[in-house]
Amino acid sequence: MDALVAQLQMQYRNYTASLYQQGFLDDQFTELKKLQDDASPDFVAEVLSLFFEDCVKLIGNMARALDQTGTVDFSQVGASVHQLKGSSSSVGAKRVKGLCVTFKEYCEANNYEGCVRCLQQIDIEYKALKTKLQDMFNLEKQIVQAGGKVPQVDN
Amino acid sequence: MVCEMETDQIEEMDVEVLSSMWPEDVGSQADNQFNVEKPVGDSDTLKEVDIAEKRTMADLKRLPELMNTTDQGSSQLTNLVRQWEYMQDHAVRLLREELKILTRQREEAEAKELKIIEEHNFETEEPENVPVLDETSHLFRRFRQKKRDELVDSKRVVIDEEFDTVAYWKQKALSLEKMLEASTERERRLIEKLNESLKTMESHSAPVEELTQNLNRAEGFLHFILQNAPIVMGHQDKDLRYLFIYNKFPSLREQDILGKTDVEIFHGGGVKESEDFKREVLEMGKASKREITFETELFGSKTFLIYVEPVYNKAREKIGINYMGMEVTDQVRKREKMAKLREDNAVRKAMESELTKTIHITEETMRAKQMLATMSHEIRSPLSGVVGMAEILSTTKLDKEQRQLLNVMISSGDLVLQLINDILDLSKVESGVMKLEATKFRPREVVKHVLQTAAASLKKDLTLEGNIADEVPILVVGDVLRIRQILTNLISNAIKFTHQGKVGIKLKVVSEPSFATDKEQNETSVWICCDVYDTGIGIPENALPCLFKKYMQASADHARKYGGTGLGLAICKQLVELMGGQLTVTSQVNSGSTFTFVLPYKVATSDDHSDDQDEFSDMVDHHQPEPDDTTEGHFQFKPLLGSIYSNGGPVISSNSFLPHKAMLTTTPLKLNNGFVATPSNNTGQSETVQVENGGYMDESRQNCPESGNQYVNGNGRCSSKESESCSSSQASSEGGGVLEMESELTVSSLREEEKTETELKETSKQPKILLVEDNKINIMVAKSMMKQLGYTMDIANNGVEAINAVKDTSYDLVLMDVCMPVMDGLKATRLIRSYEESGNWEAAIEAGVDIKTSENDQAFVRSTDRLPIVAMTANTLAESSEECYVNGMDSFISKPVTLQKLKECLQQYLQ
Repeated sequence: MDALVAQLQMQYRNYTASLYQQGFLDDQFTELKKLQDDASPDFVAEVLSLFFEDCVKLIGNMARALDQTGTVDFSQVGASVHQLKGSSSSVGAKRVKGLCVTFKEYCEANNYEGCVRCLQQIDIEYKALKTKLQDMFNLEKQIVQAGGKVPQVDN
Repeated sequence: MVCEMETDQIEEMDVEVLSSMWPEDVGSQADNQFNVEKPVGDSDTLKEVDIAEKRTMADLKRLPELMNTTDQGSSQLTNLVRQWEYMQDHAVRLLREELKILTRQREEAEAKELKIIEEHNFETEEPENVPVLDETSHLFRRFRQKKRDELVDSKRVVIDEEFDTVAYWKQKALSLEKMLEASTERERRLIEKLNESLKTMESHSAPVEELTQNLNRAEGFLHFILQNAPIVMGHQDKDLRYLFIYNKFPSLREQDILGKTDVEIFHGGGVKESEDFKREVLEMGKASKREITFETELFGSKTFLIYVEPVYNKAREKIGINYMGMEVTDQVRKREKMAKLREDNAVRKAMESELTKTIHITEETMRAKQMLATMSHEIRSPLSGVVGMAEILSTTKLDKEQRQLLNVMISSGDLVLQLINDILDLSKVESGVMKLEATKFRPREVVKHVLQTAAASLKKDLTLEGNIADEVPILVVGDVLRIRQILTNLISNAIKFTHQGKVGIKLKVVSEPSFATDKEQNETSVWICCDVYDTGIGIPENALPCLFKKYMQASADHARKYGGTGLGLAICKQLVELMGGQLTVTSQVNSGSTFTFVLPYKVATSDDHSDDQDEFSDMVDHHQPEPDDTTEGHFQFKPLLGSIYSNGGPVISSNSFLPHKAMLTTTPLKLNNGFVATPSNNTGQSETVQVENGGYMDESRQNCPESGNQYVNGNGRCSSKESESCSSSQASSEGGGVLEMESELTVSSLREEEKTETELKETSKQPKILLVEDNKINIMVAKSMMKQLGYTMDIANNGVEAINAVKDTSYDLVLMDVCMPVMDGLKATRLIRSYEESGNWEAAIEAGVDIKTSENDQAFVRSTDRLPIVAMTANTLAESSEECYVNGMDSFISKPVTLQKLKECLQQYLQ
């Protein structure tokens, strides 16, 4: 039993570390983890599910705005990007945040091509992050089920 | 005339020329070398001149036409005629001369004959009727007379002897008769011969034959000259159609050329150009030359020098052009090569001169540097005297204006001194004069003292921290002065560009880096990596390369805003490299920079303290650190004063030092409430604390040395056991007047900090905090953080909601997002500040905020207070930090908000 826990913990540590290394996450995610305590045991998951809902909504908004025939309202897109940037920055979704920064620049430059490209990448990126985090949460669950403690992982 | 002179030779050679020019295997007559139309039909005019079997260069049908119609043609004929005439004249002259000779011969013969006659006539009287030539008869008579006059006497004697027989005389007459006949016969023959010769002469020099010969010679000459010349010649009519062409190396048959224009024959580069050129010549009527490069499929890339002249008929009308082309591809190539060589040469020469110039400049620069160093040194000594005296002066009793002037003086003096020191250092390192000294020192102490010194003059609300890993040796050997210099430089730099958050030094041992060159290092040496980090404005990536360059700052904007000489980092880098290390930087805009340098040190045995003791004696003499200070790995310093609250007023202090442990914790003075803490706060403290700080001390300080400490929070519970403090005096610039400056610091271990934090939670009343933020994830995160820190807060989703919330509730702190829909944080802050000044919300109402008219007394009461508003911004700092301050915000937190940042902010604003 202990061996299983140890193995899962090791796996969890490696996996989480890889997420940091690959730039999916940054320090802010660590901050988020710190906020999770007994009083709010699912804090990270809650925030992240909120974040992903936000992603779906904002990406939908942007896609609609960019899909407009005729003149695209870049300020409208920009507002959504700003929202997404804030959210991703808050949860430590590093890659999404980086893309948002670029996206915003394109928005300000009224670069339609750039915007569309960024939007596509963001869509890919947030979905990838979602999958990764789901894997991570599953690992956490397994560790808890096996009677272990989720280890603290610093990047 | 050349032709005439070389006639023989040419005629001889003609045979050769023709054989080589017209080899057997060339093929059928006209198709090859010369594009000549076959002489058919109408060539009979030339038959008699025997030209038929010879090739000519011309289109035989058209050449005569051309000859007849053009100036060139007629002039050639005229020339030939003139030549012939001249020759005829010459022949006539020769004949005349011959005639003259003959005549003279005849006269001589006659004279002889007369003589003979004379000899015999004096004997006979009858020769009166002698048949003689009419011309000579008078001579006879003359002779006769003469003889009668002069020879009378002798006659008689001779006559006597010879007039004997008739037979004799008869005989004599007969012989004379014969002689005369012979003479006459000779004369006749001569005349005959003369006539004959005249006749043959005439028939011999028939003009046509002569002309033909001359033509043949001219043609032969041309063949001889041109047989190997790389020349193309041709004649084209007005429409630039070829009428005839001569081409040494033909690649086309004449039927492909004659009657066509260039563009019809060739395709490719240059064809059009040559055509245009020909047309131009035709139009201008002026012969000219041009070099044209052809790029055709037919003969590849070739350059021709083309000469084109217009051809006129006798009526002076243009009828076409003559053109002559010579292939000069090789020459052009050579010429270009030459030009290129010349160009290269010129470039090389220019480079050489540039190089010598550079060398010259370098020498000049070196001299200038030397000069600068000398001058700087000369200036430094008196200047440090001036600054030192001024600092001493500032400790005396001065009125407010005097003090202000003095402060300006000191700070300007300091700046100049710093600049000069920098220049001196730099020139020392650069010229290799700087010598490193090896002294034993304690890294922990160095870090601590550097931070301490920085904290002493800190005018911002920053946390300075030091963190030394356990494995770092207690005592190492190195040039402590230079290391301190580097650290001080980096720290002051970090502080300069950091507006909130923290600045710190982190020391750890690393394995020998790859750039290490000194292989002889033994085991006693250790590589220590030192990070100087901050949470400042960061450095944009494009500015990183020039960061370590002299007199360069990240941007001109920064130089203006933050000042400085731009020498600091250059010196640090040079010093580090001098010591065999490496200085690097990593940075992220808006979230801070980390300068890292790795240096080798020798490990010293820790029992020998003797030689580093004096190194720090000037800093630590008053408060010798506790024994455990040598191993203490964590320090934290809070600034003495918040910069924006400092008013630089005079400090009147009584000098009572505390030679032993004293509680001296200080935090920035919060003046937001407009009042100062009462001295009664201090009652819990058993010792009195005296603080002296070089002129920057706030007046209120003496009243409440610890009133701002959030740990104590007004109840004085903090005991001296829980925190250590040390006050140190700091030497100002070397050589000058030494001013003792006292700085306070708190050194508290993290564990102790946590303890005080829990105390804080327990003891402080719950402050009211408003978070203005539109992003619900941000809200969620911030809320959770607040919860962890033990606070709750209200939420407003935009500026308008924030104003309404502020109007209704009395908050202790507002955390304001900058970028929000409906109304952004900057505007909301401006409106709140406007309310605080005017006591009413008119500005907000004007701005369109729907103020709910609830007359809240509290709002008016609060109108005198300044509500702390802290901006939360994700934007670039250059943009928003200025904007935040301009719009009335007190500080800002850069996003994403972290627990640490939030904690610091709350510590600063909530007491």
